[in-house]
Amino acid sequence: MSETSHGIIYGINGPVIKVRGNYPFKMYEMVLVGNEKLIGEVIRVLETETIVQVYENTTGLKAGETVTPTGKPLTIKLGPGIIGNIFDGIERPLTRIAEETGAFIKRGSSMDNLDTDKLWDVRIKVKQGDTVKPGDIIAEVDETDSVVHRIMVPPYVEGEVIEALNDGSYNINQVIVKVKEGKTIHSLTLVQDWPVRQPRPHKERKHLDIPLITGQRVIDTMFPIAKGGTAAIPGGFGTGKTLTQHQFAKWSNADIIVYVGCGERGNEITEVLEDFPNLIDPRNGKPLMNRTVLIANTSNMPVAAREASIYTGITIAEYYRDMGYDVAIMADSTSRWAEALREISGRLEEMPAEEGFPAYLPSRLSEFYERAGRVENLNGTFGSVTIIGAVSPQGGDFSEPVTQNTKRFIRCFWALDKSLAYTRHYPAINWTSSYSEYIEDLTDWYKENIKPDFMDKRTRLSRILQEETKLLDIVKLIGSDILPEEQKLVIEISRVIRQGFLQQNAYNEQDTYVPLQKQYLMMDTILKLYDRLQKLIPLGIPVSVFRNAGVFEDVIRMKYTIRNDDLGAFDTLNENLNKVLDEIEADYKDAERKND
Amino acid sequence: MNLEYIGLKEISGPLVVIDGVKDASFEEMVEIHVGKELRLGRIIQIEGETCVVQVFEGTQGISLANTRTRLKGKPLKMPLSKEILGRILDGMGRPVDGLGEIFPEKYMDINGEPINPVKREYPRNFIQTGISSIDGLMTLIRGQKLPVFSGNGLPHNQLAVQIVRQAKIQDANEENFAIVFAAMGVKYDVAEYFKESFRKGGVLDRVVMFLNLANDPVVERIVTPRCALTAAEYLAYEKDMHVLVILTDMTSYAEALREISSSKGEIPSRKGYPGYLYSDLASIYERAGIIKGGKGSVTQIPILTMPNDDITHPIPDLTGYITEGQIVLDKDLALRGVYPPVNVLPSLSRLMKDGIGEGYTREDHPEVANQLFASYAKVQEVRALASVIGEEELSELDKKYMNFGRAFEEMFITQNFHEERDITQTLDLAWMLLGHLPKEELDRISPKTLEKYYVSPENEGRQV
Repeated sequence: MSETSHGIIYGINGPVIKVRGNYPFKMYEMVLVGNEKLIGEVIRVLETETIVQVYENTTGLKAGETVTPTGKPLTIKLGPGIIGNIFDGIERPLTRIAEETGAFIKRGSSMDNLDTDKLWDVRIKVKQGDTVKPGDIIAEVDETDSVVHRIMVPPYVEGEVIEALNDGSYNINQVIVKVKEGKTIHSLTLVQDWPVRQPRPHKERKHLDIPLITGQRVIDTMFPIAKGGTAAIPGGFGTGKTLTQHQFAKWSNADIIVYVGCGERGNEITEVLEDFPNLIDPRNGKPLMNRTVLIANTSNMPVAAREASIYTGITIAEYYRDMGYDVAIMADSTSRWAEALREISGRLEEMPAEEGFPAYLPSRLSEFYERAGRVENLNGTFGSVTIIGAVSPQGGDFSEPVTQNTKRFIRCFWALDKSLAYTRHYPAINWTSSYSEYIEDLTDWYKENIKPDFMDKRTRLSRILQEETKLLDIVKLIGSDILPEEQKLVIEISRVIRQGFLQQNAYNEQDTYVPLQKQYLMMDTILKLYDRLQKLIPLGIPVSVFRNAGVFEDVIRMKYTIRNDDLGAFDTLNENLNKVLDEIEADYKDAERKND
Repeated sequence: MNLEYIGLKEISGPLVVIDGVKDASFEEMVEIHVGKELRLGRIIQIEGETCVVQVFEGTQGISLANTRTRLKGKPLKMPLSKEILGRILDGMGRPVDGLGEIFPEKYMDINGEPINPVKREYPRNFIQTGISSIDGLMTLIRGQKLPVFSGNGLPHNQLAVQIVRQAKIQDANEENFAIVFAAMGVKYDVAEYFKESFRKGGVLDRVVMFLNLANDPVVERIVTPRCALTAAEYLAYEKDMHVLVILTDMTSYAEALREISSSKGEIPSRKGYPGYLYSDLASIYERAGIIKGGKGSVTQIPILTMPNDDITHPIPDLTGYITEGQIVLDKDLALRGVYPPVNVLPSLSRLMKDGIGEGYTREDHPEVANQLFASYAKVQEVRALASVIGEEELSELDKKYMNFGRAFEEMFITQNFHEERDITQTLDLAWMLLGHLPKEELDRISPKTLEKYYVSPENEGRQV
């Protein structure tokens, strides 16, 4: 039989369809399914049939309809117009879909991923006769007032510029530069295509020694993450995963934020859409939306597109990294993505491994997290992709497969804790089960840029908290009254650390973002108080005296009372504390003298 | 093409397999004639000319030879008009109250379509339920999906009825308020209880009831919540009404899904439930919300009974990941005679942060709610300690927490089935209870708010 130009639908089971006919489909090729031309992807090729996952609802599809090949893998468009926009899992623009089909997402809406009509002010950076190689910047566009979009030579093109337009207003499909490579001539526009499942190339990976500053004390001070690092936030429902992710998206000092809402709630995406345009980037005073890309595939949107959304997000992140930006990608939640894998695997009747998840779950997770990193790009600039993945463990149990396998590929683990969330201690990051493997790599940076003893102070805080954990086990059995005063002090000061330092109020104007300098001074104040009290206790002054004098409360409230731009107030606070403590000490000595 | 197929290839549980079918489309409806009886089915899998069909009325009495099957050429659509208000329908939306057919203004696909997140309006308007524990600590917001996690033998039905009776939605009135009630696999008495309560509350003509009772076919149960939500969406988005949807019991629904999945021979994941349970539940729960520019809203209160009171069971677990919070009922509280037995610590409303406080309820509401949670969590610690060393041995402060805990459960959570407290009463009550604790312990409340609202029992002049 001769080859046909397309395949024929044979079987349909939810999002998975079987295709027959003798067209030789390629693995991971993008195909158009049925009369409505729904987008699908080849996920298995057998001798007699091809299996395709469809990115849209398959209701109404019939056996016998055709499946048309496109010849290329699932590819997205990379070019100006991405920032500030919101896309679905396969980079279809939701705003324009809404304009065309109204409030509900209809099937088979095919439209350009990026706006092709909009004219961009393009500054051409090359001229005729220049030699260009992959990654070289040929033009610049002010994509938003926060982001300069650098148009680069695609990774597969190099040669001599034989034609270059002048600066001017062009749409994204305008050929701006022609490059001659041997006998072929490449016409370069403002966009390039890239298959989402393939990492974009770079020159070499760099050591991770610069922190990603988030303004969240429990992260920056206790469990910091490096630019180009990987982190997981696992937590059962209601522990504040999404809130924590939102805080990162709002305040971290990345240049570009890619937020992937993967199988989560529609209202949460709406919240981001409403909030971000009104929030101001603390670094440049511009709206946060001007550096943000949203990928939204809510839980009721097709499951196959949910699987793809993670790859779409990371590809966009890598593209901006190639321009020399620090990019942070938040994936909320990777568990939904793993479940999408499971769902499709189940429909393919593959042999399941743990809890019904496919055996290739760990390799898919590792492929994804390995796309993070700080690199020297092909064009010599430096950029990074930091991945922060939320994990929603079943039943809040961290021993389930997704959490366990994720743990193998990440180096920062921010464990959210149900009991902290119950007491409304947010962010509910548990300080005993969380860890960061970046601390050592980042110590030098903190030393040079903040204070030489930053990390020493951090270690002390963490040691006090450890001690408290042990003491609390005793308190649970016998109550706190019979502890010796030194240990009571440990418990009190730990309370100060927990409530005054670790707890952070996302809804308070001062506390939602805290600069590192203030984080240091807060730590410093707590430790100074502790040191002083440790000296006073042996004089026989009970802890309750200090508690009644309100010194602990004063310190706890410093996060609200001291403004981020008025760090001098810490001196006043410390002076006042000392004054109170001096008085107590003097009173006590007086009383002692009288007794003598 | 209107071919009729005689006979079947296979029958398995609620599924039948038809061979030699031409031109079938996925999820298309089919009519199956068994003798004189007409049953409806839906194609759920196509493999060449073989179709797997789920039969809504069940497969009893069907043999491989005694059927004639006809394809209807369209997916399951529901006839809708405003006349559905006040009607009682079966699990597939067919009238069972003997008042005749519904004259449709419109047919809508029961699967609905996902709302484009760009077109959603973020829910901010508070719904006053008149129940202190809910209004104060897990505030219901218009357009939210807030499930009740309950157990067998707990008064979740009463709670739902009380919410429906007392719910006050801002700018909703008799005219534009409706209730859609869907019963899935519940007992006849339960359905009857709801009907009776709606009648007593005088709202029966604002209610659409979908009844799939415990002895009704399992397959029908799969479409019941979808029919109900289609009706709700129609009323909300086409007729500008504020719709409160009550779905009970989602556990029966999930079990029906498992039953069908296993008849299909699918690979099970956790506890035998299909791997797509999350996506499937999401396709129900996500159908709540408000559309930008629209006047109506869909608010969902699904009720589910946690098997063995286990909140980590797949059904409550996956539900919690999709819904915007949960109201958890607790057996211990119920045994101590607390009604409604809301266990406030694991309960949560994710949307309340933007729908309370100044301009919505009262400025002190967010701080008070936080403080109550924190203090009540502390009560649990003190109680654990007291059970070891005895209440007598507790420190003075811990004793105050014990008192606060008791008063909180007896006065704040406990509420009569007919008692309605508005939000001001609820908050004032909260302040009175917080008065049991010394001012320094109220670390979640700003000094300014404390100054304005804190009352110590001494000033109050009475011991609570």
